[in-house]
Amino acid sequence: MSALQTDATIKANGRVAHRFSRIVLEAPELSRTARPGNFVMVKVPDAAGALLRRPLSIHKAEAGRGRIELLYEIVGPGTCALSRKKAGESINVIGPLGNGFDFHSQQRDALNILVAGGIGVAPLVFLAQRLKKGKMLALIGARTAAHILCAADFRKLGCAVRIATDDGSAGLRGRVTDLLVDVLMRREKDFCPVLYGCGPKPMLEAIARVCRENRMQAQVSLEAHMACGIGACLGCVVQTTRGYERVCKEGPVFRIDDLVW
Amino acid sequence: MQDLSVRIGSLALKNPVMVASGTFGYAREFKGLCDPGKLGAIVTKTITVRPRQGNPVPRTCETPSGMINSIGLENPGIDAFLDEKLPVMQKYGVPVIVSIASEKDPEEFVALTRRLDKIRAVAAIELNISCPNMKKKRLIAQDARATASCVRTVRKATGKTLITKLSPNVTDITRIALAAQNAGSDALALINTVQGMVIDVEARRPKIAQAVGGLSGPAIRPIAVRMVWEAYKKVGIPLIGMGGIMDTQSALEFFIAGATAISVGTANFIEPGIAAEIVSGLEEHLRKNKLAGIKEIIGSLRAGLA
Repeated sequence: MSALQTDATIKANGRVAHRFSRIVLEAPELSRTARPGNFVMVKVPDAAGALLRRPLSIHKAEAGRGRIELLYEIVGPGTCALSRKKAGESINVIGPLGNGFDFHSQQRDALNILVAGGIGVAPLVFLAQRLKKGKMLALIGARTAAHILCAADFRKLGCAVRIATDDGSAGLRGRVTDLLVDVLMRREKDFCPVLYGCGPKPMLEAIARVCRENRMQAQVSLEAHMACGIGACLGCVVQTTRGYERVCKEGPVFRIDDLVW
Repeated sequence: MQDLSVRIGSLALKNPVMVASGTFGYAREFKGLCDPGKLGAIVTKTITVRPRQGNPVPRTCETPSGMINSIGLENPGIDAFLDEKLPVMQKYGVPVIVSIASEKDPEEFVALTRRLDKIRAVAAIELNISCPNMKKKRLIAQDARATASCVRTVRKATGKTLITKLSPNVTDITRIALAAQNAGSDALALINTVQGMVIDVEARRPKIAQAVGGLSGPAIRPIAVRMVWEAYKKVGIPLIGMGGIMDTQSALEFFIAGATAISVGTANFIEPGIAAEIVSGLEEHLRKNKLAGIKEIIGSLRAGLA
């Protein structure tokens, strides 16, 4: 499957929480070919100071309706300009890009634990849409209650949800990895935990520690600044046990023990 | 049908639109997004004798109307390039120009050139003596004598078209251009990136790991056009102009300034099909202006104001 470039019509674009927006695109081919963990490179509209495309994870895909959704944080001029685009207008996207999660060998007795930090929920909701076997548990970490994303989406997909916030305004006061340690301690022994994560680097590093201590495997999706997104510029590499690898091509999903911190 | 063909040394190109080294990977990355068969030539990522893992991250950073990179010539080395990359690249039926750099001057330039000289699929060799990201104190392309000496030595090792890539980080580009020409270079490619730096003010740290990197994109286009124009007035060999070309209009500036061909660089990252589109755009421009060929535009800058 190779990536394609397309002008996608915006069906909706609006704020979902503090500085987070969701854009719904009509993109029939993408909606069929996208797999959880894939991303698209979005051309930012006429924004001064934003030359390069922005890499955004595919948040949901509905092949039946020919739509995909992207969830993004408004951080700079690029995403700010994107947030001003209205339904009916179109944006240019290239995708699907990247390797995606590998979840085809999952077992019926799997306990799929989705660990999300901040905007890292974006690809994990798509993964939850597609996971068919085993139980699902989403652990969401955020700065405050106002920063929590997608708890309802996960519940609708049949996920149990637990929350941690930095200030304790919702759920556990602490880190999402504190929740993870707790879950692993109390889990039912006849379920085999399988970990998927996405979030800021310190969170992923903490997951790596928990995985080592519990002799567990995990797949994590990395965020990176990208210039091309298609493997040409070699700008977004990450250090792995095999040397530098491109987040946009060999990733964005890596086995956590392949990453060098 | 307008005539877009040009000659660069002994190399005949069906059109004058190429892609700049390092911005088009090894072509296969653009599958489904750009048809390399439509281009005048493809320039490879710079190849060295040994594999290079490149510089630490972060390697790139967006800047106003541009970007800074310090990739550090990550490449698989000449052996893997010839085994794995070149066979795929030659399938497009378009000349492949191999960009080379050396970690030990000039021996590695000579060694690489000798190997490439024997290979039919190599249409031309581009000497990258101007990469700002190799941790060298001074670039060959920043010194007229070093440039002349390097080009002269490499010239002896090949009969293939030799292109020398120049750095804009000099006080007078025409001195380096003349030195390369007089030492036997068949053509000049200009410009490489402009050295630049961006600082994260909260952290008080540079935004890329190597602190200084190479600035590219529309931000450097006026510098590039000026340097092509200056070089055009002094040298007789063909110039390949590049630096912030985003569309047909910006490509035309380079031809008018004196470039025989152009390379699209950073724009490939944003609009992967843009180089092929510029080919059609140039043809359209010639037709609209009732010009028979691209050669009528090259160096056609009019003096003074209208």
